[in-house]
Amino acid sequence: MSKQYETVIGLEVHVELATKTKIFCSCSTQFGGEPNTHTCPVCTGMPGSLPVLNRQVVEYAAAVGLATNCTITRNGRFDRKNYFYPDNPQNYQISQLYFPICRDGGVEIETAAGKKTIRIHEIHMEEDAGKLIHDEWEDCTLVDFNRSGVPLIEIVSEPDMRSAEEVIAYLDKLRLIIQYLGASDCKLQEGSMRADVNLSVREVGSETFGTRTEMKNLNSFKAIARAIEGEKNRQIDILEEGGQVIQETRRWDDNKECSYAMRSKEDAQDYRYFPEPDLVPVLIDDEWLEEIRKRQPELRDEKRVRYQEEYGIPEYDIDILTSEKRLADIFEETIAAGCKPKEVSNWLMVETMRLLKDEDMDAADIRFSPAHLAALIGLVDQGKINRTVAKEVFEVMFREDMDPVPYVEEKGLVMVQDEGALRSTIEEIVKNNPQSVADYKSGKKKAMGFLVGQTMKAMKGKVDPAMVNQILLELLA
Amino acid sequence: MAKNVISDETIEYVGILAKLELSGEEREQAKEDMANMLDYIDRLNELDTTGVEPMSHVFPVHNVFREDIVGNGDDRENMLANAPEKKDGCYKVPKTVE
Amino acid sequence: MNLMSLTAVELGKKIKSGEISVREAAQSSLAAIRAREGSVHSFVTVVDEESVLLRADEVQRQLSEGTIESPLAGVPVAIKDNMCTKGLLTTCSSRILGNFKPTYTAEAVLNLERAGAILVGKANMDEFAMGSTTETSYFGVTKNPWNTEHVPGGSSGGSCAAVAAEECSYALGSDTGGSIRQPSSFCGVTGIKPTYGTVSRYGLIAYGSSLDQIGPVAKDVTDCAAILETIASHDKKDSTSVAREDYRFTEALQEDVAGMRIGIPRDYFGTGLDSEVKEAVLQAAKVLEEGGAVVEEFDLSLVEYAIPAYYVIASAEASSNLARFDGVKYAYRSEDFLGLHQMYKRTRSEGFGAEVKRRIMLGSFVLSSGYYDAYYLKALRTKALIKEAFDKAFARYDLILGPVAPTTAPKLGESLSDPIKMYLGDIYTISVNLAGLPGISVPCGLDGKGMPIGLQLIADCFQEKKLIRAAYTYEQTRSYGHCPLAQRGVTES
Repeated sequence: MSKQYETVIGLEVHVELATKTKIFCSCSTQFGGEPNTHTCPVCTGMPGSLPVLNRQVVEYAAAVGLATNCTITRNGRFDRKNYFYPDNPQNYQISQLYFPICRDGGVEIETAAGKKTIRIHEIHMEEDAGKLIHDEWEDCTLVDFNRSGVPLIEIVSEPDMRSAEEVIAYLDKLRLIIQYLGASDCKLQEGSMRADVNLSVREVGSETFGTRTEMKNLNSFKAIARAIEGEKNRQIDILEEGGQVIQETRRWDDNKECSYAMRSKEDAQDYRYFPEPDLVPVLIDDEWLEEIRKRQPELRDEKRVRYQEEYGIPEYDIDILTSEKRLADIFEETIAAGCKPKEVSNWLMVETMRLLKDEDMDAADIRFSPAHLAALIGLVDQGKINRTVAKEVFEVMFREDMDPVPYVEEKGLVMVQDEGALRSTIEEIVKNNPQSVADYKSGKKKAMGFLVGQTMKAMKGKVDPAMVNQILLELLA
Repeated sequence: MAKNVISDETIEYVGILAKLELSGEEREQAKEDMANMLDYIDRLNELDTTGVEPMSHVFPVHNVFREDIVGNGDDRENMLANAPEKKDGCYKVPKTVE
Repeated sequence: MNLMSLTAVELGKKIKSGEISVREAAQSSLAAIRAREGSVHSFVTVVDEESVLLRADEVQRQLSEGTIESPLAGVPVAIKDNMCTKGLLTTCSSRILGNFKPTYTAEAVLNLERAGAILVGKANMDEFAMGSTTETSYFGVTKNPWNTEHVPGGSSGGSCAAVAAEECSYALGSDTGGSIRQPSSFCGVTGIKPTYGTVSRYGLIAYGSSLDQIGPVAKDVTDCAAILETIASHDKKDSTSVAREDYRFTEALQEDVAGMRIGIPRDYFGTGLDSEVKEAVLQAAKVLEEGGAVVEEFDLSLVEYAIPAYYVIASAEASSNLARFDGVKYAYRSEDFLGLHQMYKRTRSEGFGAEVKRRIMLGSFVLSSGYYDAYYLKALRTKALIKEAFDKAFARYDLILGPVAPTTAPKLGESLSDPIKMYLGDIYTISVNLAGLPGISVPCGLDGKGMPIGLQLIADCFQEKKLIRAAYTYEQTRSYGHCPLAQRGVTES
């Protein structure tokens, strides 16, 4: 390959909003119901049914727009996108083409190459489609409309990304902003965040863009990275052989690590958009916009600055603690319950992260409450339990979220506070281990460790090792 | 007035968009009907509409919302009762993947 | 006494006073249907007698308990077959919905049921309300009760024929481009197309969503006002439903047009208008003038552009609204297909009739890539200009007066061969829908062949009361003309 190529990438990111009900009807958006049990005449396209817009969808969409520096459209409209497919019950999707709710925004990303702004062309509101289930037994397809009408926003970027690394940084940035807003849980694997990648290649230095393809079905960061690499190489190969890239939609098969065209003679890709006559315009006046703005929570970038100023913890800790809203929330709430920031941070950074990894869980799924973590830290501070015991208790708390205070009492884990009892135990151990005592006195400091170990064993770990050390030193002096 | 002519390709294309399959005779009739209608509709070009905002809604009604409260229960059996084919609580269709 | 020859309000009074039972009224309607359906065919579905009588007893009980007050309680009604009725076939007179039983009832029909209406049947119509003759119904044509060789008009032909043939006391129709007013005119009954947004469209199977309105069809203006008062509501399930300040339409039933300014558009009286129709309509104008109205001619303008703009907008919306009929979720599915796309195509090609396919294809075309601006946006701009022309007219006049249709009802089979000629028949009604205005059709005489002629009054948005007052005043100068078929009585046929 003699020529140098540059990859140009734009993203269409679909995010399922965290509303309780669907965008145009009052059916539940809850996951996991029996097929078609969360449906009604509206979201199954029954004749005569009409859509009514969920106010919360507008508020979430506008909140995401504000957080991504977009201009909010004051007079927004909905349009119909017409195409036939069985997961689309009306055979049109209600979306926004002509007057989307947000326009002209952007977010800053940071990669090894430095900081860069990725511009956002628009954000629009639309409805999700139902689910198609392939039935191997009868070789047919079954349609479940439970997801039909779940609210989505589609965030359309400008073609500002040049590598998989930038794409992932951008997606992660969006994910964090939206999670912090509470507008979605943004889980790629579960499909509440989905990305379509528009990609073209061009010779380095070229002013014009090459022909782009759109890739769908990307449900993990790894798949996105592989798909970008695969599609880039495919397009370069075509150009190197003197061919032309065809503008088309392709489906990425992550198992085979290749994409294939989704074309069909029956898909004209002519969506015949026109204004949705069944819905009226959405007017967002200054007052409403100000209300939404006021409700905006502190976002990650603001948090990072504040954590540094307020808590004085290392940047590395801050990065991890703010990498998931749930972590940041637990961190702040535990501090609010009276714990030292560094102490809380340690519990989250070390034990929590380790257990999350072991259990293959997301921080969003953490079950233990900040109050219980604060109580555990309190037990250590008060010398009621030692660190080793505390770690064991934390593991249980991580799984069951019980209150550690009664737990350590019930399980008899509270340290022995009675120095007299401890002293007599140690005296006994010293008496029974003359060899170790002799070794210690002859300068073998290791022997001390053995005696501490014996004591801990005798006391079932419920003593402060520092106290044991102190008494031993006295007795052996 | 320019006469519209609808080609076979156009009728074929519209058939794909509208999911309609026309027999040979219907097809010729459809071409003729559509051409005539378009000739008639082309009269709109006599009107100068420069600067006129397209009007989709007649009244300035706006901001009609629902609150985000679950109101619908499970009416699956009734809804599915109209389905031409169903299976396992789902609407059954010919397979969608090749 | 033939109970179906009474107006709905007259019958309602007798029921309320106990002079007639709800059962008797219902049985009278069912007997008339049995006697006349063979000649007229107003219905796609007639509710079985047992269900009707059960419902009649329920309403009778509510009346005796005093839980319903409506003047329409216990009165038999026909509903156009494009309004959903829970558990009762709702076909839009199409093969594609031939076996469709909705899981819910349209809001307008619910409003009637709450008022104690007795639903006796679902009225025939042009398939999906596309047509002006009720000849495009998959379930056979409806005939004009005044002369069964003629069409009843359309698309609410079944509703209007049922009222004229006195098979029920009143009916609901829907009007997208004249579909209540024109068949009312052809059948010699009264019909109102309300201001857009007045009656909920929830449960009305959409044709042109931005144009469709449900309205009453009855023997006189009093009935229409009472029905409209009952069915109109601000419905949270219909985003285009308007919260009106005043729903008390019956208050306008006053014989008083003194000082009312009425404009007659010269553009409505040009070539194409039948001379007998013209004469009858102008005669009606004279009656109102004698009653104290100030009547003058004016130029409305843009009349000839309403039809092309309408067909672009209505067809475009229809192409999308009717996309849901695909054989997946309900009703008809072709039996002979290979794969998904052929299922779609066969289902729709077999399920829809010629006129519906014609409009779906036109609508798909005008929205398709490269044509949207030239056709669809152009039509929406034209609509804006038409609305502006009406705004100007209503700055000067309380009402606009004209014919409903250029001719009286044509003979069966004369219209469908030339679509554009048929579309031209909607010239006086269509712009009212584009501008969202209310309009009423009132009988104003018969032509030489004995076919009814209709007078149309149009008011500005939300001014139904002006329509009702003027129409009521005019009506006081005439008596209701029962059609010959209805005069024969139920036992003779």
